[in-house]
Amino acid sequence: MPANTMSNLDTLKSTFVDVIGVDPAIDFNSLVYGSTPGWDSVAHMALVAAIEGSFDIMLPTDDVIDMSSFAKAKEIVAKHGVALDA
Amino acid sequence: MKFDDLLKLPQYSLPYAEKERILLDGLNELDEHHRRNCPEYNRLVSVLWPDYRKAETLADLPYLAVGLFKSHRLCSIPKENIFKTLTSSGTTGQAVSQIFLDVETAQRQSAALSRIMTHTLGPNRLPMILVESSALLKDRARFSARAAGVLGMMTFGRDHFYALDEKMELDEKGLQAFLEKVNGKPFFMFGFTFMIWQYLYQRIADRSVDLSQGIMVHGGGWKKLQELAVSNDEFKRKLREKTGLSRIYNFYGLVEQVGSIYVEGENGYLFAPNYADVIVRDPLTWEPAPMGTPGVLQVLSLLPLSYPGHSVLTEDLGIIHGIDDAAGGRFGKYFSVLGRIPKAELRGCSDVHASQVSG
Repeated sequence: MPANTMSNLDTLKSTFVDVIGVDPAIDFNSLVYGSTPGWDSVAHMALVAAIEGSFDIMLPTDDVIDMSSFAKAKEIVAKHGVALDA
Repeated sequence: MKFDDLLKLPQYSLPYAEKERILLDGLNELDEHHRRNCPEYNRLVSVLWPDYRKAETLADLPYLAVGLFKSHRLCSIPKENIFKTLTSSGTTGQAVSQIFLDVETAQRQSAALSRIMTHTLGPNRLPMILVESSALLKDRARFSARAAGVLGMMTFGRDHFYALDEKMELDEKGLQAFLEKVNGKPFFMFGFTFMIWQYLYQRIADRSVDLSQGIMVHGGGWKKLQELAVSNDEFKRKLREKTGLSRIYNFYGLVEQVGSIYVEGENGYLFAPNYADVIVRDPLTWEPAPMGTPGVLQVLSLLPLSYPGHSVLTEDLGIIHGIDDAAGGRFGKYFSVLGRIPKAELRGCSDVHASQVSG
């Protein structure tokens, strides 16, 4: 599916799927840094870079430290002007 | 003051008298917590400080010699809550320290480290050069303390470039490409002191490479450089001469207290962050040494909940230069690390501990 037909929320989900390797059918709100298998500190760096790339945003240090769950990731990208309900 | 509130305060902003009160409350709580939850710690304290109840000053707090993290399994959480175990590198054949982390302690460490580093680097992540081998993080299942340290620092950068290949050769083409890409904007460089000297500085010393927009943070001990008679001043001067790099900050920290690091300020001294402090002890009496007198460094930290590493006697010599009166407006203690305690003396002091706790 071309990126421009995906909602921003789908894009965020597919970024998690690509980087962490979670099942696309998973309950995304259950994803937590450090306890979801595959989301370790190395993957976290890759995830941050991928999210920045997907939405063309730059996350400051505090947001990188703060992004400890999928729910937090949604909040953080929204704060950087990415509309997630579209 | 709660730890979360302490995190919000600007770094190095607490006048020492106030900081001392906050640390004393927090560390008394931590000591009680670890005595309740870590039987080994409780036993060590009851043998080494019989009748100990509560500290009236920071210097009264019990402390564990750093070697005890090698000989004892010091853990204050149930096995199933262990999120990560850090091990010190240690030379072959030597015992390694084992540090047990739960999720909360790991989070405290990264939150504290970020408050310290953003003070030096600013809030935004800069393009980053790692003076490290690209192979360092290949084995994700078993991280050395070195890899964990590097990984912790990577959070503060972006577009990470490993300057060394798997054979520790400088990737000069890659470095050139990195510098072209950042195009005169600030960038962050991180590495271990000796590796920067050996694998970066030595390789570029005969030509000019412009690193003037870099902010370099380096640590990991001076032992190898002392053997080559390279001091902190010379390290800085030579790098500046050859590369234009003027913002160079050494830091001091232990694997037993990840997240509590002491970063050099503009005056060339190391500063204790809001959550940590240092005490210098006279190695003959173990009483606190007067300011300006060298002795053995003890480090205090509010971060460790999952293991009793809140008060650790190091194997390093240091000297405290002043409190609250540094140029540049930073509060708290500032100090220098003078190197390792000579081996023979070290054996002496750990024997004392060992003979007191065996049995």
